[in-house]
Amino acid sequence: MTLANLNSLILTLVTFIPLAGALLLVLCPRRDRDIRILALVVTLLTFAVSLHLPAHFHRSQGGFQFEVSRQWITTPNIHYHMAVDGVSLWLVVLTTFLTPLCVLISWKSIDSRVKEFFILLLVLETALIGVFTSLDLFLFYFFWEATLIPMALLIGMYGHGRKVYAAVKFFLYTMIASVFMLAAILWLYAKTGSFDFTTLQSAISHGQVAGFLSAAPWLFLAFFIAFAVKVPLFPFHTWLPDAHVEAPTAGSVMLAGVLLKMGTYGMLRFNLGLFPEQARRNAPWIITLALVGIVYGALVALVQPNMKKLIAYSSISHLGFVVLGIFSFTQVGLDGAVFVMLAHGVSTGALFMLAGILYQRRHTYEIKDFGGLATPMPRYAAFFLFIVLASAGLPLLNGFVGEFLVLSGAFQARALYGIVAATGIIWSAGYLLWLYQRTFFGKITHQENQALPDLSGFETAALLPAAAAALLMGVAPLLWLNMIDPAVHTALLPFSDVLSKVAGQ
Amino acid sequence: MTQTIPQVADYIRILPELVLAFFGLVVMVLDPLLDDEGSRKTLGGIALLGALCGLGASLWMAQSPGLAFWNMVRVDSFSVFFHVLITAIVAVVILTSYEYMAVQRIRAGEYYGLILFGAVGMTLMSSAVELVLIFIALEISSISSYVLAGFRRREASSSESSLKYFLLGSFATAFFLYGVALMFGATGSTNITAISQALQAKGVPRLAYVAVALMFVGLGFKVASAPFHVWTPDVYEGAPAPIVALMSTGSKAAAFAVLLRVMFEINTPGRFWLIWVSAALSMTLGNLSALVQDNVKRLLAYSSIAHAGYLLVAFAAQPGPGISAAMFYTASYAAMNVGAFAVVSHFAGAEERYVTLADYAGLGRRSPLLAATLTIFLLSLIGIPITGGFFAKFYVFSAALKSGLVWLTLIGLLNSAIGAYYYLRIIVMMYMREPKGEITVRRIPASLGVALALSVLATLYLGVLPGRVLDFALRSATQLMQPHRAAITPAPTPPVGTM
Repeated sequence: MTLANLNSLILTLVTFIPLAGALLLVLCPRRDRDIRILALVVTLLTFAVSLHLPAHFHRSQGGFQFEVSRQWITTPNIHYHMAVDGVSLWLVVLTTFLTPLCVLISWKSIDSRVKEFFILLLVLETALIGVFTSLDLFLFYFFWEATLIPMALLIGMYGHGRKVYAAVKFFLYTMIASVFMLAAILWLYAKTGSFDFTTLQSAISHGQVAGFLSAAPWLFLAFFIAFAVKVPLFPFHTWLPDAHVEAPTAGSVMLAGVLLKMGTYGMLRFNLGLFPEQARRNAPWIITLALVGIVYGALVALVQPNMKKLIAYSSISHLGFVVLGIFSFTQVGLDGAVFVMLAHGVSTGALFMLAGILYQRRHTYEIKDFGGLATPMPRYAAFFLFIVLASAGLPLLNGFVGEFLVLSGAFQARALYGIVAATGIIWSAGYLLWLYQRTFFGKITHQENQALPDLSGFETAALLPAAAAALLMGVAPLLWLNMIDPAVHTALLPFSDVLSKVAGQ
Repeated sequence: MTQTIPQVADYIRILPELVLAFFGLVVMVLDPLLDDEGSRKTLGGIALLGALCGLGASLWMAQSPGLAFWNMVRVDSFSVFFHVLITAIVAVVILTSYEYMAVQRIRAGEYYGLILFGAVGMTLMSSAVELVLIFIALEISSISSYVLAGFRRREASSSESSLKYFLLGSFATAFFLYGVALMFGATGSTNITAISQALQAKGVPRLAYVAVALMFVGLGFKVASAPFHVWTPDVYEGAPAPIVALMSTGSKAAAFAVLLRVMFEINTPGRFWLIWVSAALSMTLGNLSALVQDNVKRLLAYSSIAHAGYLLVAFAAQPGPGISAAMFYTASYAAMNVGAFAVVSHFAGAEERYVTLADYAGLGRRSPLLAATLTIFLLSLIGIPITGGFFAKFYVFSAALKSGLVWLTLIGLLNSAIGAYYYLRIIVMMYMREPKGEITVRRIPASLGVALALSVLATLYLGVLPGRVLDFALRSATQLMQPHRAAITPAPTPPVGTM
């Protein structure tokens, strides 16, 4: 097979290998060990195949690559159109990177209905990759909705506590919000006869869509609300803590690591890509919400007695940075936003794995039930410290790069934005380090904690890649940024028009 | 009236009806010959054969399109579409009934006969182009469903269901007949093409509006659209589950076929607000009431009201996309709803004991296969991608948006989000709750397995490759609009202020 052939096939492969693996699992007899091994093999294979993308990506180009476009359905005019640019490429790799870790972390902790669990996880992976690779709005919506079911089932079937409540809340929140997006997509289709992102983009920018000017504010909002709930942007965030706290560890990792990024990715791709004018007009209040989210999320995280809830609220704060970066419309800001997406995926994914490891041993997330854990679990404590520092934005680790870029973008846009957002970083150091102190330092207050076993082999295997990635992203961010940068540059082209027009007047 | 004696071609054009009626008669004749206590599975087999032959005859009939029996019947892509759909539904319903009848200990051969006779009425409804013949076909199908609804003779609820359906149903068909009479008064004809031409040529008399409204009452009752929906939950709750599957898909499809002909082929005056209001009401009332149901049959009854509402949205749209969207919707709704009721009727057990939501707790553990199939149907009813239900909603709403019905579309989309909640409740019950009590789920018998497999395949086929069915529907839609298109183009009717 030639490279050109492979290049046009690669996205299809990456997207559907997990699904094929899921089908294989359906046929597999219920021997839990075999199922786990098969799931691991499939996810590792997907990851390996997905590495083809960064390896053969033309770094200097901003546009879409590895493109494949086939007619799928003639009426309506739906294409199987997939391609990635520097942004979506890394989100795909993030997904394929985190999934095998999820398999490893669930190796022991999922012990009933194992087969269903891994089937759902693999289906979820396919849907997530599909979201990032689709360039046909219909196909995008299709995968977007398809992520809901496996995720809701993962929470509802394998979670704990009020899992059903959390699953249904998650499903309804995101489902209702995405209805508006569907309406907007249908409207665009009714006016243009196309679902194709690039076609729509050029039709809109050339003013060829009848009635667009009057509808644009509504269309922008319709897309935005779907994405804002997913991010989740304050005040649409209330589903997130519930979903996280009750979800099984792998569910939380996928949720925080990848699902939330669907929202920010959607804003970047569609809100900015299709409606630049509206994005610019709406930016002030969106940025305000993002800032409120940064500070509010951090403050609430500070007072959480529940470890998992703390991490969940810290996600709200971190994702606020992403939204801020996106709507700063500056090159650095957007670079940073994309980088935060990736960094947050790795480090928060790892934090949820760490929380899950404790839960596995003690069946509680309450911080007050721990303390002094550094003595019985030294290796665990070391990993935890490393990830906490990465998440808090220590230089040379992954959290720092993205947040720094976002902040400098925010300062470029407006100094006030940067000042308010910068407090978020201080808060995050506060709640994370305090969490670490309460959990690991001091005397052991609970007898049960005396003899907690340290990390098992599977757990180390799940954590080590995440820690390595956190380090690598902090030391050599250019590996990522030099692909992100051209893509962001392309995304910002319509804004430079607008900005120069404003400057010219 | 050029011919006085029916030709062979005339008979070919009603061949499916003839075949179905013939097999129905065979079942009736054989029934008394069988041992009283014996199984009636042979008769079921004959009925199944009849339905399949009817399906074959429908496909054969497609070879000779045209009018038959003095312009009373028309065979075109449109009627072929509904013939195939209805006979397929009947075949699957018979497959479902096979095991059901044995479990319920109902040994009555006429059950299968009545299904076939009902099918005669339903198929005829889709090809009749003469209002009086439509009325007769409507009665044929209704009467057999009145009887079938009462087939769980030991249950009071079933008799209630039958009686309620009969009383309200005959009331509603009387409305329809009244509308037909008034239409005759207004235009001097009961032939759809003639009516359409008369309305084009001579303008629309006030009487015609009343006639349309009355006919809509009758048909609105049959498709269970608000505000004529009140009978639905009680009747669905009491009637045997496979019969509910038939009523909610087959009879509905036939009634929608008639509605499509009446509304679009006649180019009915003043239909817009009539349908707009009914669609909005059906969606909203159906979904809101379904939220609080604890009985799965009642829940699905309200859901069928809501789906009638979504379907009516297509009727408010422009003819081209509207008709094809409505046809696609009936087909995919049939696939998923027949399947859902097949699962319900199997799980219900003897005397339909297990029909509450609580009984479904832990079905995912008790019978993973049954739960997984029901999940597919429910997801399709929600309208999740890769299921037929998604494209059905999709076509309907994009047709509506193309016609500028932004508000109706928004109402519909919000409703489908509300609807997600109660379908989800069932899925949650099946997978996320622990099984309670001793409910033994019987093994899935081969006949039911085939029925379920067919429904799942149809649901997924329509969800992954909807193109062929939609193209066929589009072709039918253009054919349906053909006869008087010539008449329409020169003199478009101005929107009249009434209604």
